[in-house]
Amino acid sequence: MAVFALFAFLAVASAMVVVTHRNPVYSVMSLVVTLISLAVMFVLLGAPFLAALQVLVYTGAILVLFLFVIMLLNIEREAPGGGHKLQKLGAALAALVFAGLLATWFVAAQGAVEPVPLDAEAVALVPLARHLFSTYLLPFEIVGVLLLAAVIAATALARRGGTSVGEDEA
Amino acid sequence: MESYLPILVFCVIAAGFLVVSLLAARLLRHRGSGRTSREPYECGNEAESFAHDHRFSIRYYLIAVLFVIFDVETIFLFPWAVMFDKLALFGFIEMVVFLFILIVGYVYVWNRGALNWA
Repeated sequence: MAVFALFAFLAVASAMVVVTHRNPVYSVMSLVVTLISLAVMFVLLGAPFLAALQVLVYTGAILVLFLFVIMLLNIEREAPGGGHKLQKLGAALAALVFAGLLATWFVAAQGAVEPVPLDAEAVALVPLARHLFSTYLLPFEIVGVLLLAAVIAATALARRGGTSVGEDEA
Repeated sequence: MESYLPILVFCVIAAGFLVVSLLAARLLRHRGSGRTSREPYECGNEAESFAHDHRFSIRYYLIAVLFVIFDVETIFLFPWAVMFDKLALFGFIEMVVFLFILIVGYVYVWNRGALNWA
């Protein structure tokens, strides 16, 4: 429970830094803390494989991608006081509505829904593999097609004009 | 939960290394120097311009994206390898189909020249 409280706090606090910090590189670094905290949540839920993937793929690979995008777009710093007044008002309103919905949902669910302990058997690696390669075989193969689409899309988008990626000047 | 103790030890050592090296640097470093010590290369060439003044090649991004995609591919190999004996021939064929789809992408990228840097 203490571990959960600590990392829940860390996840929320670092997520706040992600959206409020003006330097996008600091935001990404803060996102690292958020994602590692979530990996700890996965461990607490009895899914160490997911936790390892969270660290490897999200904090390892995807955030490097984020940093690359920041580098490529030459984003240095958000201008102080940036953002339209109406934009701020809209964001505050949206946050308020979302918080309200969440709160009512929590209150309504209090007592109405019996908390169910997580089935540790279902998220461990071996049962996960068994389900993935039998029940969810078709989705698994479709993931392959999705990844193929991503490969082709990324390569095609990086092409400049009619030249292939290897030919154009840096 | 006890099996995560090494990870805790690792985190403590990592944090300790950070604190000790920062403290040691604070105690040992020469202070009161001027503008030059704030340069990126204090004892090297003078920087001619800022990194942000230049545009970076899209190829860095492309390589990173391709890395992530094939990284995700290998993730699916892991549970498959754990269950390899039980999945038998059917599982093997499943994985061959999956890998074939991605190898098509690999061949496409190769033919496009996206892996050439020159």
